[in-house]
Amino acid sequence: MKILVPVKRVVDYNVKVRVKSDRSGVELSGVKMAINPFDEISVEEAVRLKEAGTATEVIAVSCGSAASQETLRTALAMGADRAILVETDAELQPLAVGKLLKAVAEREQPQLVICGKQAIDDDANQTGQILAALMGWGQATFASKVVVEGETLRVTREIDGGLETLELKLPAVVTSDLRLNEPRYATLPNIMKAKKKPLDVIPVADLGVDVAPRLRHTQYSEPPTRKAGIKVADVADLIAKLKNDAKVI
Amino acid sequence: MKVLVIAEHDNTKIAGATLNAVGAAQQFGAEVQVLVAGCDSAAAANEAAALAGVAGVVSVNAPYYRDQPVENLAVLVAGLVRNEGFTAVLAGGTSFGKNLAPRIAALLDVAPVSDVVSIAGVGRYVRPIYAGNVMVSVESDEPVQVLTVRTTAFAAASAGGAAAVREVVAGEDLAVSRLVGREISKSERPELATARIVVSGGRGLGSGDKYREVLEPLADRLGAALGASRAAVDAGYVPNDYQVGQTGKIVAPDLYVAVGISGAIQHLAGMKDSKVIVAINKDPDAPIFQVADFGLVGDLFETIPQLVDGLGANQ
Repeated sequence: MKILVPVKRVVDYNVKVRVKSDRSGVELSGVKMAINPFDEISVEEAVRLKEAGTATEVIAVSCGSAASQETLRTALAMGADRAILVETDAELQPLAVGKLLKAVAEREQPQLVICGKQAIDDDANQTGQILAALMGWGQATFASKVVVEGETLRVTREIDGGLETLELKLPAVVTSDLRLNEPRYATLPNIMKAKKKPLDVIPVADLGVDVAPRLRHTQYSEPPTRKAGIKVADVADLIAKLKNDAKVI
Repeated sequence: MKVLVIAEHDNTKIAGATLNAVGAAQQFGAEVQVLVAGCDSAAAANEAAALAGVAGVVSVNAPYYRDQPVENLAVLVAGLVRNEGFTAVLAGGTSFGKNLAPRIAALLDVAPVSDVVSIAGVGRYVRPIYAGNVMVSVESDEPVQVLTVRTTAFAAASAGGAAAVREVVAGEDLAVSRLVGREISKSERPELATARIVVSGGRGLGSGDKYREVLEPLADRLGAALGASRAAVDAGYVPNDYQVGQTGKIVAPDLYVAVGISGAIQHLAGMKDSKVIVAINKDPDAPIFQVADFGLVGDLFETIPQLVDGLGANQ
């Protein structure tokens, strides 16, 4: 079984992002970038399925600029076998990424695609669902457990108020939630090995997909900040404030 | 313009998030219909029909909608949009809505917009990105607007309507997924996402036993829902559906009591829109105090029992 794992290069989750002074976007120059954490979990899951003998090949794919090669090398160092960069410098929105991934999936014929449930930059939470729809495949989003049983996939999903288990026909799309696994750290020998693994670059134009943005992001702003209130002296003071000032109890 | 709200339900009752989605749909100032797709779902359809501001309920029943598999729902909704000329489709920004809306949008070849917190008109929205640290204004000219809405940002529709329920023939059964089972945590307490008061605990509690021993009496006294920080969930004190934060539930109650929670950005993103925030922590420099209206520096194992006693004496 081949597994395709889409990965995205995003601002590192430790970075406190700032809006540009002209409000046209988020300041990205000189900012540390990293693989989207949910995609890292997806790579880990795919590599574990390969180590368990369930998967035969793990292919990492990224859509974006040449800098995304770095993100793909991270996936290769974690254990992906090869990588594909669908290269463009243009802005890509989730619908366009879904269409590009469909084109890649049609070439590669994976039985399973594991995506992150969302990227931590745009927080869209859309790409996996869009890809599944375009392929006409089943989808299991927000996965916390994935088991392959022959031609079916058993996935436990995190839903509001608890968990849900689904059985899906393969091929299918899974999106990873936080608790699916804890990704490994790439070791130095594996980082070195990853440099020699195949990384194909496909120009966006070769896939014949209309990737023009459909949405316009007209203005970025920082949300109103909450002001710190007061420190109360003791419990009696707190109860009095809640009853008499805030009137919430 | 015609708006279709996708109801989230269990065939008997409509989920709270759907009431907020109906509230959001009314911002368009257009006709709002609600889709209730299920099996033997008349009770849920009737509840939707009784919501103020709902012009009609589309009821679809088939065995393969009983558990509402997303693949079948998406095909059904895309068909309804094409046949009946809906120009907007809304769902609550819950795990149900987030799973479904992008799939519908892809079938219609339109770009969906997630987690909308403000609707200024057709195709003019505001949504949070970067874990709520940045807000972005989005414009869309798509012929069908497909949105999920953040439930805490829109008032829930109230009862008081009397719309007609019309039965529509079912769509295709793709039969690509099957529900094996659901484990929904049962609780006598209010639902976390919609509770008026939330008591939340962090790693300061030290263990799951202490979490329950200290916080349950307080939640009982206040009639509050119980929540937790990601640190407390990861440490195994409580199940993950207790988690408040960017990757958990987004809440905005009248009163949020953070106990032994330091206030990581990820947690603040999930509760900073609460009306009144109380923080109780022994570390006076904990970041949670920067957003709290009332901060109490002290040992939670002493102050929370005092608070429970004090509340009892006053009531």
